Amino acid sequence: MLLEIEDLNVHYGRIQALHGISLTVDEGEIVALIGANGAGKSTTMRAISGLRRASAGRILFGGDDITRMRADRRVVAGISQAPEGRGIFPGMTVLENLTMGAYTRKDKAAVAADQQRVFELFPRLAERRKQPGGTLSGGEQQMLAIGRALMSRPKLMLLDEPSMGLAPMLIRQIFDIILEIREQGTTILLVEQNAQQALSRADRAYVLETGAITRSGSGSDLLVDPAVRDAYLGVA
Amino acid sequence: MDFFQGMADNFSNLWTIIGDLTVTGLTQGAIYALIALGYTLVYGVLQLINFAHSEVFLVGAFGSVMVWGWLGYSSGAAAVPPLLVVIGMLLLGAVTASIFSGGTALIIERVAYRPLRRKNAPRLIFLITAIGASVAISEIVGLLVDRKVVSTPALVHQKFQVWFDPSDIGLNINSFGITNLQIGIVLCAIGMWLALDLFLNRTKFGLGIRSVAQDEDTAALMGVNKDRVIMLTFLLGGLAAGVAAVLYNLKFPQITFDMGFLLGIKAFTAAVLGGIGNLRGALVGGLVLGLVENWGAGFFGNDWMNVTAFVVLVVVLMFRPTGILGDSLGKARA
Ligand SMILES: Nc1ncnc2c1ncn2[C@@H]1O[C@H](COP(=O)(O)OP(=O)(O)O)[C@@H](O)[C@H]1O
Ligand SMILES: [Mg+2]
Repeated sequence: MLLEIEDLNVHYGRIQALHGISLTVDEGEIVALIGANGAGKSTTMRAISGLRRASAGRILFGGDDITRMRADRRVVAGISQAPEGRGIFPGMTVLENLTMGAYTRKDKAAVAADQQRVFELFPRLAERRKQPGGTLSGGEQQMLAIGRALMSRPKLMLLDEPSMGLAPMLIRQIFDIILEIREQGTTILLVEQNAQQALSRADRAYVLETGAITRSGSGSDLLVDPAVRDAYLGVA
Repeated sequence: MDFFQGMADNFSNLWTIIGDLTVTGLTQGAIYALIALGYTLVYGVLQLINFAHSEVFLVGAFGSVMVWGWLGYSSGAAAVPPLLVVIGMLLLGAVTASIFSGGTALIIERVAYRPLRRKNAPRLIFLITAIGASVAISEIVGLLVDRKVVSTPALVHQKFQVWFDPSDIGLNINSFGITNLQIGIVLCAIGMWLALDLFLNRTKFGLGIRSVAQDEDTAALMGVNKDRVIMLTFLLGGLAAGVAAVLYNLKFPQITFDMGFLLGIKAFTAAVLGGIGNLRGALVGGLVLGLVENWGAGFFGNDWMNVTAFVVLVVVLMFRPTGILGDSLGKARA
């Protein structure tokens, strides 16, 4: 197992956002986490990347307990995240944003090669390399967020709602690229409200409801699960 | 009546001495600017006004005077040493002041602020701690020097480097000169600003600082260690304050343990005036403040110097709440 979460609790002050969730992600998988707004998807992502402390439970990465590891160390360990809302540094150029993605790396030549690879995945970014991140369109910012998350050469990439606010065609394009990134060897844990796309592209998925996991299975099974269809796919 | 007559007199007086006022103002402003850089850097990263920064400057000023004193250069009256010795003393003073100021800045961060950050303390608490740290440090310095005025050594032989006589071109302005020291002080401030600007925009450490200033959570997701960035920020501000301290020692004959208060407020004003969070703003704000208060002193009389400075601050902020140049380090912070 690349990632194992055991009975994870997370609190915001007195409010408990996660109630003992457990999930696993195997090497090479695309795993989706779906759920309504406020279910705790982003909180789960933040707990894995270390922005939010676990109040109970364990997070194992590659077999090592990282529950108490600082966020910046987890990047070195091999976890990267394209956060909800994309988190582009508005005052930095596209190139500088990508350089930030490689902040922990010292192998300059390989970083340059990876940057080239990101530009091949997202030619739009290459055209805008000198432009401040804050001036990009929503779709371009999402591409930049994903490209930047690749720059640390992660073993596990966390994507929090990559389709948020994008036109359907762009969403399909982003998901195609997510598949391509997996083909190139990066494991992906994906959070989505757009359950249709997420379930049809993911190997496995978990359904999160008010801080607890209520269902799990292969993407295709959940896609035909009546309860899931009813709640998340807008069809009865 | 007298007041207005006085103003009219002062105005013609101001006009004739405007050259001197301008040179003095720019020199003083350069020192404000160097201190202002520290306020603006820390604010840009933490949105915190480090009110103890004035004491970062203070400790550097006393540190360099102390080391000079150990080497036999203490009081103002002594003969100016030979050039090579002067250069050596200036470098030594700069290194000493940087170590003292930088060290003080790091200690303040570590002792006064980091524990509060760990506990997510509200902003107001930081402010009170900052004021507490400021008072504590200046009182400690006061204890160490018996609360006495300390003279600075006259290391630099001040002489006019350039001389202007505007009456040559038909202007009714007194002739005035610029000394080697005044030129040096302004160049130091510009040099320090340039160095910091390059450091922030061209190095990886700078990129790390800017990332935390713009979005600290995302910076952590990139692998930036926020504590290290904060330490570095305090250190950079401390180094600039150390340079300011040496220049202050060269320019002014005396230092006192409580001089940080007004100077700190002035430098903070300069930072706000230029646009806090913006390095170039600190430079511009410092120079503008120095100019304005010296012109004000010439126009209204010396007692009005500080009044002019703060009236200008209020007026500028009324029309441009983000200062002359606005905020840039944390550009477009949401
Ligand atoms: N910073 C915060 N402070 C307090 N409560 C929060 C915070 N962020 C999220 N929450 C709460 O935690 C729960 C889960 O939120 P989140 O993980 O963002 O949900 P999702 O990503 O699934 O929409 C929600 O009830 C939300 O209100
Ligand atoms: Mg969310």
